[in-house]
Amino acid sequence: MIPAPFTYKRAGSLDEALDLAAQDGDEAKFLAGGHSLLPLMKLRLAVPEVLIDIGRVRELSYVREDDGHIAVGALTSYGDLAGSDLLATELPLLAAAAGQVGDPQVRHCGTIGGSLVHGDPAADLPAVVLALDATLVVRGPSGSREIGAGEFFHSLFETAVQPGELLTEIRIPKPQAPGWSFQKLTKRAIDWAIVGVAVQGGNVALVNMGQTPVRASAVEQALAAGAGTRDAAAHAAEGTSAPGDINGSPGYREHLARVLVARALAESAARS
Amino acid sequence: MKVIITVNGSQAEAEVEDRTLLVHFLREVLGLTATNVGCDTSSCGACTVLLDGRSVKSCTVLAAQADGREVTTVEGLAPGPDELHPMQRAFHAEHGLQCGFCTPGMVMAAVSLLKENPSPTEDEVRLGLEGNLCRCTGYHNIVRAVLAASTADEGGPA
Repeated sequence: MIPAPFTYKRAGSLDEALDLAAQDGDEAKFLAGGHSLLPLMKLRLAVPEVLIDIGRVRELSYVREDDGHIAVGALTSYGDLAGSDLLATELPLLAAAAGQVGDPQVRHCGTIGGSLVHGDPAADLPAVVLALDATLVVRGPSGSREIGAGEFFHSLFETAVQPGELLTEIRIPKPQAPGWSFQKLTKRAIDWAIVGVAVQGGNVALVNMGQTPVRASAVEQALAAGAGTRDAAAHAAEGTSAPGDINGSPGYREHLARVLVARALAESAARS
Repeated sequence: MKVIITVNGSQAEAEVEDRTLLVHFLREVLGLTATNVGCDTSSCGACTVLLDGRSVKSCTVLAAQADGREVTTVEGLAPGPDELHPMQRAFHAEHGLQCGFCTPGMVMAAVSLLKENPSPTEDEVRLGLEGNLCRCTGYHNIVRAVLAASTADEGGPA
């Protein structure tokens, strides 16, 4: 399988990337690690006329502490997130989830920003940033704007990022409650999660239970009202719209959500 | 576009289509056919090579992305024509292959794994090779081979 023809351009810096995007408008797509986009292009499900390779924009690959929050550059690879000492201390949920994305080869290439902008509700990290109450910083021709993770994911493969804009940074507040857990069920390592759960304190977010990653609000409300983990987890599928596919029916996914949320809440409680 | 890629220590220069995948560049432009195309969907790992020393699936990397960088395939592992790399010796000694189709990718993934974790446990080896499928299901001997290679410096079987 070979992608349809396109013109390849390479940006050496953030400014150059934005300039190149301004030239080609809607016809261009940014290429980060390429592990979501290139498979779609090989299947001809994505047919961009221009690819702007931002994989060498090193200024967007970092994890650092910044004024009370953790700042993660959008082009930081899963492997670098998983191996970050700062994340291991301050945001172990993000480090652990990144270390379970795909397989080592995928983690050497794929980036957090690429995953978020791709907007696949079956991907792991969108639900993780949702559970962490992250703020996403997007740069465009007229400057930067900040978008809460709750407003970032619009629909299947659709996010708040507009043509010509680039996600540059993920800002994550240091969690108030230390308990966390990440759970998912896959058949093979490389597969998308059939269902996944990210928990940080009283925040619970679900992978692959709708058109976007979703917060399990009914579970969060039950926890806030003092329910035990088992009782709270019984609400896991409320308000979701789970897809049905070869890996499972909507009903199976709803059951799986309740099981995985129960496990996640128990593990999180044991860590707090 | 013109790409210049250092492959197994030698500079390779070629005019390629922008959409050329790294695996096709290696196999069809350079004739390095040890790297296999298996699933073509970045699932099976048969096309694994090292890009700047780290394992990647070359069916999901553009040749253009490797421009100016270093690629190592299984053809470039051995130190000389009459010698094998310790990982190759370990696969030989432990019978770490049956049909051999996954072997070049397995070996490269294993080399990358030991670079990041020189003394892995058996579980760590299995997790570290989770991106490589063996259609003969010969995993046990592959894992033994990687463990043997990891202890090669300490007088192990390799």
